[in-house]
Amino acid sequence: MAYKILKKKRLAPGLYDFLIEHTTIPLYARPGQFLIIRIDERGERIPITIAGVQENSVRIIVKCVGKSTYKLAMMKEGEHVLDVVGPLGNPSEIDCYGRVCVIGGGVGIAPLLPITKALKGASNHITAILGAATAEFLILEEEFRELSDELIITTDDGTIGKKGLVTHRLEELLNAGERFDRIWAIGPTVMMKFVSAIATRQEIPCWVSLNPIMVDGTGMCGACRVEIDGNMKFACVDGPEFDGRFVNWNELIKRQHQYKEQEKAALELFKKEAGDLSWL
Amino acid sequence: MALKKRVPMLEQSPEERIKNFSEVALGYTEELALLEANRCLQCPTHPCISGCPVEINIPAFIKAICEKDYKKGIEILKDTNNLPAICGRVCPQEKQCEAQCVLGKVKGNDSVAIGRLERFLADLDLSLEISKHRSDTENTGKVAVIGAGPAGLTVAADLARMGYEVTIFEAFHRAGGVLIYGIPEFRLPKDIVEKEVNYVISLGVKIEYNQVIGRTIPFRKIRQDFDAVFIGIGAGAPRFMGIPGSNLNNIYSASEFLTRVNLLKANEFPKYDTPVRIANRVVVIGAGNVSMDAARTARRLGAEEVLVIYRRSEAEMPARLEEYHHALQEGIIFHWLTQPVEYIGDINNNVKAMKCIKMKLGVPDESGRRRPIPIDGSEFIVETSLVIEAIGQKANSVLRTGFPGLKLNKWGYIEADPETGATNLEGVFAGGDIVTGAATVIEAMGAGKRAARAIDSYIRSLKRA
Ligand SMILES: Cc1cc2nc3c(=O)[nH]c(=O)nc-3n(C[C@H](O)[C@H](O)[C@H](O)COP(=O)(O)OP(=O)(O)OC[C@H]3O[C@@H](n4cnc5c(N)ncnc54)[C@H](O)[C@@H]3O)c2cc1C
Ligand SMILES: Cc1cc2nc3c(=O)[nH]c(=O)nc-3n(C[C@H](O)[C@H](O)[C@H](O)COP(=O)(O)OP(=O)(O)OC[C@H]3O[C@@H](n4cnc5c(N)ncnc54)[C@H](O)[C@@H]3O)c2cc1C
Ligand code: SF4
Ligand code: SF4
Ligand code: FES
Ligand SMILES: [Mg+2]
Repeated sequence: MAYKILKKKRLAPGLYDFLIEHTTIPLYARPGQFLIIRIDERGERIPITIAGVQENSVRIIVKCVGKSTYKLAMMKEGEHVLDVVGPLGNPSEIDCYGRVCVIGGGVGIAPLLPITKALKGASNHITAILGAATAEFLILEEEFRELSDELIITTDDGTIGKKGLVTHRLEELLNAGERFDRIWAIGPTVMMKFVSAIATRQEIPCWVSLNPIMVDGTGMCGACRVEIDGNMKFACVDGPEFDGRFVNWNELIKRQHQYKEQEKAALELFKKEAGDLSWL
Repeated sequence: MALKKRVPMLEQSPEERIKNFSEVALGYTEELALLEANRCLQCPTHPCISGCPVEINIPAFIKAICEKDYKKGIEILKDTNNLPAICGRVCPQEKQCEAQCVLGKVKGNDSVAIGRLERFLADLDLSLEISKHRSDTENTGKVAVIGAGPAGLTVAADLARMGYEVTIFEAFHRAGGVLIYGIPEFRLPKDIVEKEVNYVISLGVKIEYNQVIGRTIPFRKIRQDFDAVFIGIGAGAPRFMGIPGSNLNNIYSASEFLTRVNLLKANEFPKYDTPVRIANRVVVIGAGNVSMDAARTARRLGAEEVLVIYRRSEAEMPARLEEYHHALQEGIIFHWLTQPVEYIGDINNNVKAMKCIKMKLGVPDESGRRRPIPIDGSEFIVETSLVIEAIGQKANSVLRTGFPGLKLNKWGYIEADPETGATNLEGVFAGGDIVTGAATVIEAMGAGKRAARAIDSYIRSLKRA
């Protein structure tokens, strides 16, 4: 099997937007679901959220964090990845909740896009908070401006929007008397953890999309197990979205670090072969 | 006078083989195969055949070996078994065909090494490609097979031979099911599996990889597009004991550990991108075949000490004796009558030890095995930084949501007629581990054979109506 890269666009340093040819994913994918890519014969299986679909192609947005994502980012339009499996995982529970706050951090803004579209389509009032390290890394601002009733931008260094974290903006809104019926938060695990802490205090159901290390993505290995409200769940088939108020965050964060040594060694070796990667 | 004992098979020495992933058993040479084949008495009653779930004509293929008519021998094998090189290696022969062999019942004699002879012929076929691919009858109809494990491959091959248009949908990027991602290379080389799969493809079977039916394509769509459907998705979901600390780092299910190594070649990291952890001392929980595979894999990845912990005693151990002996030869250490009760982690949530309790055996339970009972106050600590739980599999979780309307039994497996594989849904058949629970390769293939016959008559009945 091989799946062609139809389009590739650099959104920011180390952040790439791909359109990959696929015949069945566009027919069946719904917001919140993900796919698994294996780049080549020696490749590992990497889960990536579906950021959108078009006829005969699927959109993904990928951040370079290690060997596999660097390898993917170095591929050119017209080249093929070996395997694409999807859609996997459960779709987001879209409904008319009333007032919904969607919060995206970094590359997490991408998976939030189809969910926000669906929530808007279900007649929710949308407040979007988008956060990035710096202006350069803020993605999909225009798309979100169109979808949201209110859009708040925040960056760590204040190069665009207000300086600070998404959690600061959420607290501000809540302190000003804003009330939400649902929160959707997707971004770095630590960000989702702190948003969930606020949600717990305010007793607001808060969907987060978990990204533990996965292998098959179909419930056959247990690599992706997470603790939800004291129970063992497999994120690939029971999730990936859960109510963040019940997630054992500290355990998840530590599980994400299980292969740090190997990942570092692999990336270093890869850099030796591939040369300087700072242009990506 | 024929030999009383079976002709031994050449093997890599234990010292050598724990340093590599190559096959342990090296098979028979022609000379050895002839010696062994001549032990067969060619019994007119041939009880051996009834011990084989796919009823290979055993005396006939052995006779062909004696006559050096290997082509004929291979044809006999392939008449009933599409994957003989695999079965010759991994069948629990001592419980099946060989258990029924007349010779084995004579005091002081071994039964004929049927599996080894089957392997000899099948390997010859793979290297010389002797067998012809035939599709004799002229049936028309489209059949979808879900899952490319031994059950699915068998259904597909048999139906293709009858002339049907067959498409297999497989979740992974390779076909073979447990043969590819579960059973390690040193017991069943992956290029052997690939060659046998290529044989199935050569019969005209199409395989669509990377499709998880019930997830990536809805089940109803498959039913719409095909005249009949066979479900052979295996019992792939891992069980965990669920004791405190189960989510600590470096605690694997055997499925994860073996998949990383077998399917994704983590033993060749970083040449291959998938990593796997290893430790000086590894603990494997459970004493079945899967546990032996995990323990021996850990040894080959470099673990100096591998402990297998089992809550019953050696006598109740479910693993095949041959696997157990191979494990012992490779230095695997067994702790009987021991049950883990809790994992203990370090500050980074990496497992560093486990608390165990000693057990004693009580009266037999429903399974007829003596029930293990914990001995109060016998807790002790085993230090380890990597644990593999190999305590069994269960029904694939996709079944619960992905196949609406399909009737499941109380254990979550598909309810299917044992003779035909028919399920409660019209035109939908099932077989293999997903019906019986974890069993054997040849039983899955037997179910596949019966389902192929039933699917054939079902499609014919549609045409008549
Ligand atoms: C459901 C899900 C959706 C995701 N969606 C996106 C997305 O839309 N865009 C995006 O850029 N990233 C996404 N990720 C994360 C992405 O899978 C990892 O960044 C990628 O696998 C890292 O591979 P690497 O070899 O480049 O990095 P490595 O150097 O191997 O690892 C860097 C870090 O990435 C994580 N990681 C490594 N291997 C895996 C794995 N097999 N599965 C999951 N995480 C892993 C680990 O925490 C690790 O420390 C998602 C992950 C999950 C589980
Ligand atoms: C480690 C291990 C060692 C073993 N050793 C032996 C041995 O030595 N001898 C022996 O006889 N037996 C052995 N067994 C048991 C034997 O492998 C199984 O009984 C046999 O493989 C079952 O065959 P199956 O076709 O029913 O399922 P499987 O082999 O499990 O194949 C099922 C296939 O379906 C695919 N699939 C799953 N869900 C879907 C879906 N929704 N859509 C599409 N595809 C799907 C899977 O990826 C897989 O390829 C062993 C098992 C294990 C785990
Ligand atoms: S397929 Fe298995 S049971 Fe049948 S003859 Fe061969 S080894 Fe024996
Ligand atoms: S029972 Fe044994 S000796 Fe008799 S035909 Fe079968 S294999 Fe040969
Ligand atoms: S990734 Fe294997 S069970 Fe979820
Ligand atoms: Mg990686």
